[in-house]
Amino acid sequence: MPLLSCTGSTNSQPGTYQGIPVRPHVDKDLIDSWIRLDANGHVTILTGKQELGQGIRTTLLQMAAEELDVPFEICHIINGDTGQTANEGYTAGSNSVEGSGKAIRQAAAEARLYLLTLAANAWNENISNLSVQNGIIKSKSNQAISYWELLAGKNLEGKITGNAILKKYQEHQLVGKPIARDDIKNLVRGKAHFVQDLRIDGMVHARVLHPPTYGAKLITNDFSEVSMLEGVLKVVRNGSFLAVIATREYQAVKAWMVLKATCEWETPQIKVSQASLFEDMKAKSMSPETIEDSADISKNLKIASKKLIQEYHRPYHMHASTGPSCAVAQWKAGNLTVWSPSQGVYPLQNSLSDLFGLDKEKIRCIGIPGSGCYGHNGADDVSAEAALIAREFPEKPVRLQWMREDEHQWEPYGSAMVIQLEAGLNPEGKIIAWDTNLFSDTHSTRPNGNGGHYVSARHLEKPFEFKKGGFSGGSYRNAIPLYTIPSKRLLLHNYDGPLRTSALRGLGAYGNIFALESFIDELASAAEIDPIEFRIQNLDDDRAKAVLQSVAEKTNWNTAQNAVNKGFGVAFAKYKNSASYFAVVAEVSIDKSSKTFKLEKLTGVIDSGQCINPDGLKNQTEGGMIQSASWTLLEKVDFDEHGVLSTDWNSYPILRAKEVPVVEVHIINRPELPPLGAGEAAQGPVSAAIANAVFNGTGTRVRELPISAEKVDWNNVS
Amino acid sequence: MKEPIKLNVNSENKTFSADPSEPLLYILREEFGINSAKFGCGLQQCGACLVLLDGEAEPSCLLPCQSAQTKSILTLEGLEKDGKLHPVQEAFIETQAAQCGYCINGMIISAVSLLKKNSNPSDGEIRETLHRVICRCGTHSRFIQAVKTAAKSTESF
Repeated sequence: MPLLSCTGSTNSQPGTYQGIPVRPHVDKDLIDSWIRLDANGHVTILTGKQELGQGIRTTLLQMAAEELDVPFEICHIINGDTGQTANEGYTAGSNSVEGSGKAIRQAAAEARLYLLTLAANAWNENISNLSVQNGIIKSKSNQAISYWELLAGKNLEGKITGNAILKKYQEHQLVGKPIARDDIKNLVRGKAHFVQDLRIDGMVHARVLHPPTYGAKLITNDFSEVSMLEGVLKVVRNGSFLAVIATREYQAVKAWMVLKATCEWETPQIKVSQASLFEDMKAKSMSPETIEDSADISKNLKIASKKLIQEYHRPYHMHASTGPSCAVAQWKAGNLTVWSPSQGVYPLQNSLSDLFGLDKEKIRCIGIPGSGCYGHNGADDVSAEAALIAREFPEKPVRLQWMREDEHQWEPYGSAMVIQLEAGLNPEGKIIAWDTNLFSDTHSTRPNGNGGHYVSARHLEKPFEFKKGGFSGGSYRNAIPLYTIPSKRLLLHNYDGPLRTSALRGLGAYGNIFALESFIDELASAAEIDPIEFRIQNLDDDRAKAVLQSVAEKTNWNTAQNAVNKGFGVAFAKYKNSASYFAVVAEVSIDKSSKTFKLEKLTGVIDSGQCINPDGLKNQTEGGMIQSASWTLLEKVDFDEHGVLSTDWNSYPILRAKEVPVVEVHIINRPELPPLGAGEAAQGPVSAAIANAVFNGTGTRVRELPISAEKVDWNNVS
Repeated sequence: MKEPIKLNVNSENKTFSADPSEPLLYILREEFGINSAKFGCGLQQCGACLVLLDGEAEPSCLLPCQSAQTKSILTLEGLEKDGKLHPVQEAFIETQAAQCGYCINGMIISAVSLLKKNSNPSDGEIRETLHRVICRCGTHSRFIQAVKTAAKSTESF
């Protein structure tokens, strides 16, 4: 087992921590399932969540070290591994701190209490006479023993009773501190970190040739030319699933190029044209589901003194990970091991069990970081494909990495959306009715136990059926306004669209908040009230008001408006209406002569309740802001009847260093309150803030993403 | 057809037998155990595979290993000297300039090459230099800051 799967802290006397023995996870109620003191002088935390570049390892270690009263430097973490860790589902939805963090925090407090009880019994002392510092328990009568001496090689056998009391926030030494991420020390040195860096003895390399478009059938039957190439070990063909295994990676790439040039396919056409996509969504969606209703919505819209109706469009977006998806799989004596960058190793195990008709117990999935995924990208598909290929080459570990075009063409995209909004104001500028009609394809097709959710499973000779299901959940995320409105209605029209879709950071929240917060701006304009003032007037939630007030102060909102050739826009959301509060101001500069605008700066204020690691929170939020700015300004997946046209970084450009705005993040820390998920908080508000700034600077309201200079009516710019 | 290939990687000479058309990237990863340079696109569009060739940041994903024989090849693994990190590496740690970290190689290699030529680059020059490297996590602002921090370092490049 390569040690890569267990990232230790390099701070801690290098070389002394060799990991801990693998023991299977038994029960979430046992302390041992979360915390182990197996290595002398070290603490190992086990989480079912994955490190995705969000810094979750550091955050979880801070929470554990805090409650255990041990130095941060001796703590290590093992991420999702079906052979060791708890099943915590997917690392998604900004849930890791609220979920795993909460569990680990409690387990650490329980471990501390368990150890204190052991010492108290051994010394015949009262627990209240004991204290802990750096993992050493001391009594008032000067007895001292370390956690490890006390356990003397035994496991932490205690149960999570719920009796252990968490520290008061005033006592925190580690929580709330900007502790540096340890993995960055490895990254700058080029140390093995990613699944892409995994090297196992005897490992061979594979490439898969995906079909040219959805549903294409492979016609070619003769692969002898490729089989003869130097280094090629096997061509794997199963229906329209085609892959090649070679000794060296480049030999696999070369063989893949020959396959690509020579294979013939029967290709069905995509029936919907990109130009008519949004019309098609409105025409062909299923009859709507009522998500929220209000008896007097029609009446309130009728009596409103001012009324607005608008429609907003979001195109398909891609995750577009920097590193193409990669996994390593090995079949040994009928057992399968997969080293995977999946967001959920247990769901992966379930789905592989379905794919291969194999008992779950015979499948081990070990989570290893991949390139940032931002949702359901190719990580699960590549894991299944590596396993499919490795089955044809038993005993050997097979490393499969996608090519750039595989990633761009075959990942499941964030769905296109149409959002129709209608709202009414009373004469005081209060919103009295809000009606939403939302059209969207699904935002979740994760392979949660279903083999048919892997694209390549659908290409096999005996294809797995793909049942979409799970339509609604993510589509209307944040579609219901947090604003205090007496009548709200939301109708969801599910659409079975032309492109493969699933969870992309924020799911429907990105499109919904773009629409909602653009529309709020339009309402403020109609009411002739300042957009921040208008939002505050229509909110009851004090934390929501606080982030808006703070962002107004940080950006000198009132005076900034006087600047020439500039536009300023604000937007706000409470992610999922249950997680972090985030308000942002976008500043654009306008150049009428060249008919261009530039996003100069984004200033954000975030309230995530108790902040565990302020630098980690800032880093995540800055990243979310820049990524969202990229989606908003540049991105859309292009396609025609023959398939997806966005196949690389030239055909799907994203923001690069010259174009990225300056980003500034301020935190409202509320240590007395529970921590709230933050990883996706910025995605939605940034899009609307940019739209609102472009409107403020140019007078053009762009309601269809991306917001490009061509969509601005430059004749109207003063 | 394999041929003997001689490369100088991180001040170490090594001769081995390889397909002369095999791009440098795969050779570095398979023959030299290099992790830093990564496959990102294989099209010279993203910068994940950048290495220093005679001090210049160059993509290695399409460059035949044969034509790298006359060059001195430097990767992140070779930047550390006598247990001391390069100021750019130090600055990236200090700034906590990474999210997933897949692009960090391209960012650091580009920055090292820039600072060698221009020890006091402007914000615009830094952005211009890092522009060729794709970062999907949106860590750009920290990369830019890290290069500024490195430029202030008293260490020579």
